[in-house]
Amino acid sequence: MYQGTVFQYGDNVDTDVIIPARYLNAPSAEELAKHCMEDIDLDFVKKVKQGDIMVGGENFGCGSSREHAPIAIRASGISCVIAASFARIFYRNAINIGFPILECPEAAKRIRSGDTVSVNAESGTITDLTTGEVFHATPFPAFINRIIAEGGLLPYLVAKQKGGEVK
Amino acid sequence: MGMTMTQKILAAHAGLSAVSAGDLIEAKLDIVLGNDVTTPVAVKVFDEAGFTRVFDKDKIAIVLDHYTPCKDIKSAELCATARAFAKRFDITHFYDVGAVGIEHALLPEKGIVGPGDCIIGADSHTCTYGALGAFSTGVGSTDMAAGMATGENWFKVPSAIKVVLKGSLQPYVSGKDVILHLIGMIGVDGALYRSLEFTGEGVAALSMDDRFTIANMAIEAGAKNGIFPVDEKTLDYIKNRFKREARIFEADPDASYEREVEIDLCSLKPTVSLPHLPSNTKTVDEVKGLAINQVVIGSCTNGRIDDMRIAASILKGRRVADGIRCIVIPATEEVYLQCIREGLAEIFITAGAAVSTPTCGPCLGGHMGVMSAGERAVATTNRNFVGRMGHTKSEVILASPAVAAASAVMGAVASPLDLEEV
Repeated sequence: MYQGTVFQYGDNVDTDVIIPARYLNAPSAEELAKHCMEDIDLDFVKKVKQGDIMVGGENFGCGSSREHAPIAIRASGISCVIAASFARIFYRNAINIGFPILECPEAAKRIRSGDTVSVNAESGTITDLTTGEVFHATPFPAFINRIIAEGGLLPYLVAKQKGGEVK
Repeated sequence: MGMTMTQKILAAHAGLSAVSAGDLIEAKLDIVLGNDVTTPVAVKVFDEAGFTRVFDKDKIAIVLDHYTPCKDIKSAELCATARAFAKRFDITHFYDVGAVGIEHALLPEKGIVGPGDCIIGADSHTCTYGALGAFSTGVGSTDMAAGMATGENWFKVPSAIKVVLKGSLQPYVSGKDVILHLIGMIGVDGALYRSLEFTGEGVAALSMDDRFTIANMAIEAGAKNGIFPVDEKTLDYIKNRFKREARIFEADPDASYEREVEIDLCSLKPTVSLPHLPSNTKTVDEVKGLAINQVVIGSCTNGRIDDMRIAASILKGRRVADGIRCIVIPATEEVYLQCIREGLAEIFITAGAAVSTPTCGPCLGGHMGVMSAGERAVATTNRNFVGRMGHTKSEVILASPAVAAASAVMGAVASPLDLEEV
């Protein structure tokens, strides 16, 4: 379960605004996080608190394949991202690093910046505690849930290679 | 139910007789690619997971192209990490300064990728190799690490949009205009999660370099991959380059497509994308005269020899307008050398352009042409997002090499057709 304040952005939030290329040579996640969203929202890094939730519109995370994008968002304190739809590389990258994302067009449309929202990533239930509205995200296929349960693609592969029972 | 070309390649690499859109599969990889930005992150997760060997040192390509020759100490550290990894595992296809080219121009040129391959690359423009009839898609660094460790990765089998090309292109209209036009039609998420499968009699008239440009920007429509059928031109291109056996796949006649789009190549005009989305397209005639400060001709989209030749044909005997900085970046050392041999480099320099060693450089606002607030560029690159080529208040207009060269001469957004009278 995640609960936090919402930072809402529109459609086509691209990876160049999530983490501008001029910072891609930063050596750590913490360093990347300092510049997260700065080209469209200078206040984001000042205001975000651990556990807060990011909400986007259609095609969230479009553009570059940089895994630095979900890494920067997570390191900024955001606990999960809800969007109407995700660009496919961002979607893969988030799953592969074990970062929860939820696809829910209705929630993306109705939730407003500043609302307090709680998310049950497993069931896909999203509750806007400010308005009382409840939304249901499309659940992940079982295979993807296994990757997330293992903590990402690499831990999943290690577990698989060891021949052990994958969670 | 028949399969699309993409689905057939994925099925073959997953050891399955058939796949359908939406299936989750694990497929064997022919090539795993990374660059100086994405490889260091992959190395970190590879090491943290405790892997001690790569699946096949001949099937990994590491290309130091983004911030090279290194623009600062942080970039140098990234390159050092990637270089050490390549050395540790004796990676066959490792390219460093002096041999390097922009990855998506380099891999086809060196014959590292070819028809029927299943390729992942930790760079979104990895979709370029679809021009050769391969399944090729951009992924992140963790995917790259997984691919290097196991030689496999997971995919959700995509559905497809069929793009039927008819006729042939008019003079000064190129692959760039085709793909910008298509993105303008369907939007930056018009092909989200899907394949763009190019087909129709118009394909035969497109040069390989045009096809590379078109497949390269499939991602700008949100596509998982863009793919072209293999024909005589493809086979001519890979001859003497590609050493493995080409596997030619064709879409089944009864393959199902989510949507069909038709483009009459004869009707296309030189096209540009205005800030700040590639889908914000106009014909150049609608916006000509817009003031600019910089022109960039290069990138994985348009840094190949056809691009250099058309730009040189326009700059020959002309001058870059006062106050305009024109930067020409051949995409690989081979293209660079060819520019010198054919006299194109001399034409560029005589015209007042700067010619650079291969690098992604300005395309992502890295170096070699970063802009200040209030500046605007016409660039043959692939993205015009906020801050892409520098300051968040700078702007990028995407265009073909012909439009970029004409704009450099006119000192404002211009059509190459207008130059005929100058």
